[in-house]
Amino acid sequence: STKAFTNTNSILNHYIESIQISQQNLQTVTLIPGDGIGPEISSAVMKIFEAAKAPIQWEERNVTAIKGPGGRWMIPPDAKESMDKSKIGLKGPLKTPIAAGHPSMNLLLRKTFDLYANVRPCVSIEGYKTPYTDVNLVTIRENTEGEYSGIEHVIVDGVVQSIKLITENASRRIAEYAFEYARNNQRASVTAVHKANIMRMSDGLFLRKCREVAENFKDIKFTEMYLDTVCLNMVQDPTQFDVLVMPNLYGDILSDLCAGLIGGLGVTPSGNIGANGVAIFESVHGTAPDIAGLDLANPTALLLSAVMMLRHMGLHGYGKKIETACFDTIRDKKVLTKDLGGNSKCSEFTAEICRRVQDLD
Amino acid sequence: MTARSICSLSRALKAVWSDRLALSAAARVHGAASCNQRHKSTYTSIPPPARYGGRHTVTLIPGDGIGPELANHVRELFRFCCVPVDFEVANVDSSLASEDDINNAIMAIRRNGVALKGNIETNHNLPPSYKSRNNLLRTTLDLYANVMHCQSLPGVRTRHKNIDILIIRENTEGEYSSLEHENVPGVVECLKIITRPKSLRIADYAFRTARERGRRRVTAVHKANIMKLADGLFLECCKEVASGYPEIAFDSMIVDNTTMQLVSRPQQFDVMVMPNLYGNVVSNVCAGLVGGPGLVPGANYGEDYALFETGTRNTGKSIANRNIANPTAMLLASCLLLDHLKLHAYASMIRRAIISTVTEARLHTADLGGQGSTSEVVQSIMKAIQSTGPMTLSI
Repeated sequence: STKAFTNTNSILNHYIESIQISQQNLQTVTLIPGDGIGPEISSAVMKIFEAAKAPIQWEERNVTAIKGPGGRWMIPPDAKESMDKSKIGLKGPLKTPIAAGHPSMNLLLRKTFDLYANVRPCVSIEGYKTPYTDVNLVTIRENTEGEYSGIEHVIVDGVVQSIKLITENASRRIAEYAFEYARNNQRASVTAVHKANIMRMSDGLFLRKCREVAENFKDIKFTEMYLDTVCLNMVQDPTQFDVLVMPNLYGDILSDLCAGLIGGLGVTPSGNIGANGVAIFESVHGTAPDIAGLDLANPTALLLSAVMMLRHMGLHGYGKKIETACFDTIRDKKVLTKDLGGNSKCSEFTAEICRRVQDLD
Repeated sequence: MTARSICSLSRALKAVWSDRLALSAAARVHGAASCNQRHKSTYTSIPPPARYGGRHTVTLIPGDGIGPELANHVRELFRFCCVPVDFEVANVDSSLASEDDINNAIMAIRRNGVALKGNIETNHNLPPSYKSRNNLLRTTLDLYANVMHCQSLPGVRTRHKNIDILIIRENTEGEYSSLEHENVPGVVECLKIITRPKSLRIADYAFRTARERGRRRVTAVHKANIMKLADGLFLECCKEVASGYPEIAFDSMIVDNTTMQLVSRPQQFDVMVMPNLYGNVVSNVCAGLVGGPGLVPGANYGEDYALFETGTRNTGKSIANRNIANPTAMLLASCLLLDHLKLHAYASMIRRAIISTVTEARLHTADLGGQGSTSEVVQSIMKAIQSTGPMTLSI
């Protein structure tokens, strides 16, 4: 009966979306292809979206840091303008500059759009075998403060102090986002990950804010767990976790741990939610300069991030269609890129997914 | 009074009376460094503590949760094997806000030099001035190295096989400095302190241990791409020490990549050295990979004292007093204790019996997926010792 409900639900979504198309309601998305394999996986995603007839209009922009008035580094104004108008972005991997004089582009984007929540849903991919099956959790990480505030001092020679900043506002904001996400995506529980036994005041404040916000979301179960207990249980039985919310550093480590459980950064989607309704979805793997331009890249991570984006925009039907096509292709194992264990080219993999998407119509 | 005890007394006084600002951190570090230089020749091996009539006295802190029952099993086993160790029990009550009982425990450990403990719960609903008792023990006694050896045990079903990782974690500074303040309401700052002497000390400990145990590679775990000064200093110290051990390979890895590699291919790691918080994460991940918190013992070594406990430091409140806790970790910790006291024959005998019991699936406790009880496991270990070992008491 749940299946019937889902079928009815998807039929309803389809109906709504077809009305939207007929009303020429194309939504604009800022596309940032990125460096290295970025352009080829971005074009793969665009092809698949075209095959799915998704009502998305892409606006390609480049982000290379430029020095603005006043000497501060910033992203190019046309990129900022496009993002402010469309509010939704899809980003490929960006090169990390070494000794370029400016901070990393990811940091600039984060600061420009106040991207405060990093969301990583980790779902086991059927067909891509890892020692862990049935993983289905979401890590929500506070992205603006915490241990990554970048405030460090040398007190005396040989003694360095690094400051971890926890504020009431940021903690409340991320907790609210986590519970809203849980509610919107039908997740049953939210777990706050902390180390308040050692960092009494800072994680204590974070925990208090989570508890306060939990009071307003009585339909979602709220639990708290120490970081070490989460790590211990995660590698033994990841099925016990649902939505996890935590400060910056723990989020960094745990989200990568969970990505490792499902197969690595090449198949993990990620989304960054900002203030004012801005959201940028991205693939978190590197630029892979050694295979750039050779049609060997795996577009799965960027594709799944794009599916996350569709869901965020309310286009659940298209999201499900593309996701199903992608998972079916991987499960079939006939056409796989090298990192997934096959020897097909990126274009072949993309074509296969496009074919399945059209078949699903 | 010997020079060393004056030094440690002054260090203790400094810790108790000095103001908890960065200035005191520098002063403490300076004091420790000058002591280190004087005793450089002896700090390679911790001297075995005093023996009276051929018997050692060891401080025992039962702790909370499953601690007391496991401590009783340890005593039972030692009595059965006629191990020449007497336990001096120091109870620490985690519900009281006064520091008297923890200070008594610390004094007992200073007196005996060695301790075995269960985890003491930290009630984080008490005000922040109430510090974690476990942390207080470690920092006051300067137990700077936490050593955890994670090995795949035969008979325990895990997703990964052939894991053999030695984790060496800095135990006294880093993120666990307990220096926090709220300058503006709603904005809390927590200080992470990394110092050169302590980083050099832990790196040296790691490489020395690797050399002693015939290990071939040491990996430093860090996040120096973000915390450039703090973890950068730690990494620099590790590199410096590595140059003095040319036969041991040294590499480094960022902590998030490390956790990803650990869940996909843990066999690539040999010895790992890292600051406090990353050590917490990595040691718990590795303990989970080899079978859980019930199997891995942990040891905390300082220059003058040694403290043994379960590796992942859990109180196990939910399974307390139900006779279902896994005693393996605590019993293996007691074997590490016996090795430290140079009672190697007893240590090997008990360890052999524990390993043979763990391979029997019928006796696995709930955390390993079985239905055995704690007392069954301990009885089986005692039977194994009796059948192979020298004279023991009757069961």
